Amino acid sequence: MNAAARELYVCSGCSTLSRGGPQGERCPRCGAALSFRKPQSLARTWAFLAAAIILYVPANVLPVMHTEWLTGSQDDTILSGVLYLLWSGSWPLALVVFIASISVPLLKIVTLGGLAASVQLGSTWRPQSRARAYRVVEFIGRWSMLDIYVVAILTALVQAKALAHIEPGPGALAFAAVVVLTMLAALSFDPRLIWDASRDAAC
Amino acid sequence: MPPAEIHAEIPQAVAKGRARWRVPAVWLVPLVAALLAGWLAVKTVIERGPTITVRFKSADGIEAGKTKLKYRDVQIGTVTSVWFSPDLKEVVATAQMEKDFASHLVEDTRFWVVRPRIAAGSVSGLQTLLSGAYIGVDAGKSDKARREFTGLDGPPVVDADSAGTPLVLHAANAGSFEVGSPVFFRRLTAGQVTGYQLDGDGVKVSVFINAPFDQHVNANTRFWHASGIDVKLDAGGIRVDTQSLASILIGGIAFETPTGNADAASATEFKLFDDRAAALKNPETDRLALTMLFNESVRGLQPGAPVDFRGITVGEVDAVKMRMAPGARQVLVAVDVTIYPSRIEWQDATASNAGAPARRRRLIDTLVASGLRAQLRPASLLTHELYVAFDFFPAKGATVNWAASPAQFPTQKATLVELETAIASIATKLDSLPLAELSGARRQTLQTAARLLNDIDAQMAAELGPTLAQARKTLAAADRALASDSPLQTDTRQAMREVARAAQAFRVLADYLERHPEALIVGKKEGAQ
Repeated sequence: MNAAARELYVCSGCSTLSRGGPQGERCPRCGAALSFRKPQSLARTWAFLAAAIILYVPANVLPVMHTEWLTGSQDDTILSGVLYLLWSGSWPLALVVFIASISVPLLKIVTLGGLAASVQLGSTWRPQSRARAYRVVEFIGRWSMLDIYVVAILTALVQAKALAHIEPGPGALAFAAVVVLTMLAALSFDPRLIWDASRDAAC
Repeated sequence: MPPAEIHAEIPQAVAKGRARWRVPAVWLVPLVAALLAGWLAVKTVIERGPTITVRFKSADGIEAGKTKLKYRDVQIGTVTSVWFSPDLKEVVATAQMEKDFASHLVEDTRFWVVRPRIAAGSVSGLQTLLSGAYIGVDAGKSDKARREFTGLDGPPVVDADSAGTPLVLHAANAGSFEVGSPVFFRRLTAGQVTGYQLDGDGVKVSVFINAPFDQHVNANTRFWHASGIDVKLDAGGIRVDTQSLASILIGGIAFETPTGNADAASATEFKLFDDRAAALKNPETDRLALTMLFNESVRGLQPGAPVDFRGITVGEVDAVKMRMAPGARQVLVAVDVTIYPSRIEWQDATASNAGAPARRRRLIDTLVASGLRAQLRPASLLTHELYVAFDFFPAKGATVNWAASPAQFPTQKATLVELETAIASIATKLDSLPLAELSGARRQTLQTAARLLNDIDAQMAAELGPTLAQARKTLAAADRALASDSPLQTDTRQAMREVARAAQAFRVLADYLERHPEALIVGKKEGAQ
């Protein structure tokens, strides 16, 4: 039993309950658009995910940071930074960067893709696990901006003109876009859809 | 409250207008993302320049991913990998070049590794001590594109775009210069040696003369080794010839263009002379070869020694050799000389022409008839250098043997040799003096003198003895008379004492009279003092 089954809307703006048909309608109190589920949840999730996947490639291939110092210059991608940390002996730091910047966005994309696919196909497989996975994705989403923070701070701090200076590379932009897009995808996904299929099957 | 009531209380939702778009607007997001990614990809692909390979002997200082390629200190590429050539003899560096430089990667583009380099005369690449080596590039001018290159061992001496003229010099040996050694003009650095190679029995030297110095090069230009310090000690004295301090250390080449023939044709091949004097020596076209036979030592006479007439050099010695004349009983020294008739102002204008040797011969014959001879003379007593001098001597009879080849010119013995001859004849005369007889006569004279002295001695001794005895006696008597206890002495002492007393009495009288002059008249007062 849920609100949608009774054709009841909960206004997302003022939490007013209202009755209505399956068509999109407005809240009688505040006029906000009403829907049983997040509107076009799956479509949005897919769109954002697709954009994230597209940008994930340049984010990892293009340099995120351009360093120039007295005697030379260097372009670093995320992976080259991780490898540098690994080779220079600080493997714990390498692990942190690898998890935060490479595996987390990837995991998010894969997880959200899986969730969206399961809903799309009307799967009834372990809805509780899938709901937990969604909560995890939503929670860790905000921690993926580590690299962007590092680049932003270094760019601001290391500006000793002739001696050394650091500029963000095109990869940084793509990477930030990937993180933002995965967060948007997670946001637009409606976890209630997971249960809709189960209930339909149960009914 | 029953559920139905609750349901009834829930207000009816307000109907909404239909969505205007069938495709949700959210799909614009992946579209934009795809466009962005596509643009980035296209940009990367388009901006990617050509990949080239450069072969080096060693990869010293070249690191994959780090080493840059620079043209005029602007980065134009990066080495992406370094590996061996298939035969392991060379190292092949693969480099990713900037797209905009692709049009300059042509056949004559040159690559070399810039490292700190300290060579004689120049220090370069010091900045690479900090930054690490990089690959220097000199853009070529050819039209044919190329992607595979062979690196130079060192930086090229001359940039492809330097204005100037490359020249080739032919030298007997390489002297003391090397690639990069300077070429001097009026003691300014006008160019550099760009290379040299064996060429037949000499050395072919490539030099590059920078603009604007190259406009001073024409067919008359003379090049010579300006290597180190050229100290020459010859008949003319000591000469020291140097260019700059750098050339003393690293050698070099100098050139000079004799003035006068400004409109001479241009040329690119030259002879490289050993020194400045040789280079600037006037190339005489009018030559008169003579040979001179000397019957004396020619030690100190060298090929190249001057032939002069009263201080004016009119030619030089070509060769000195021994000659055994057929049938002659003596060995003579033949000195071949070359006379430059053009240095002599022949008053007879026609004789100066090369086409009138007969007239010239006649003139020389006349001079020889009036005593003109060749003679060896020391140029300097210190160095023992000899030169050949023409001069007039009161000698008669000799003529020029024009039949011989080369013509044989009459000679005169050297003055010093004559002097030696004279001294020798004096010595011979001294030698022939009757010195033995002279010494016998002297001995007789001495004996006579000795005898005379002996006679004098004997006569004098007989007379002298009694005279001396008499004198001794007289002296003894005088001695006795003068002794302190002699009566003469005592008497004298007493007499002297008497005299003293008399003098005292007289003083008392004089005293008294001074005070009492009246006493002379009245006499001495009684009791008065």
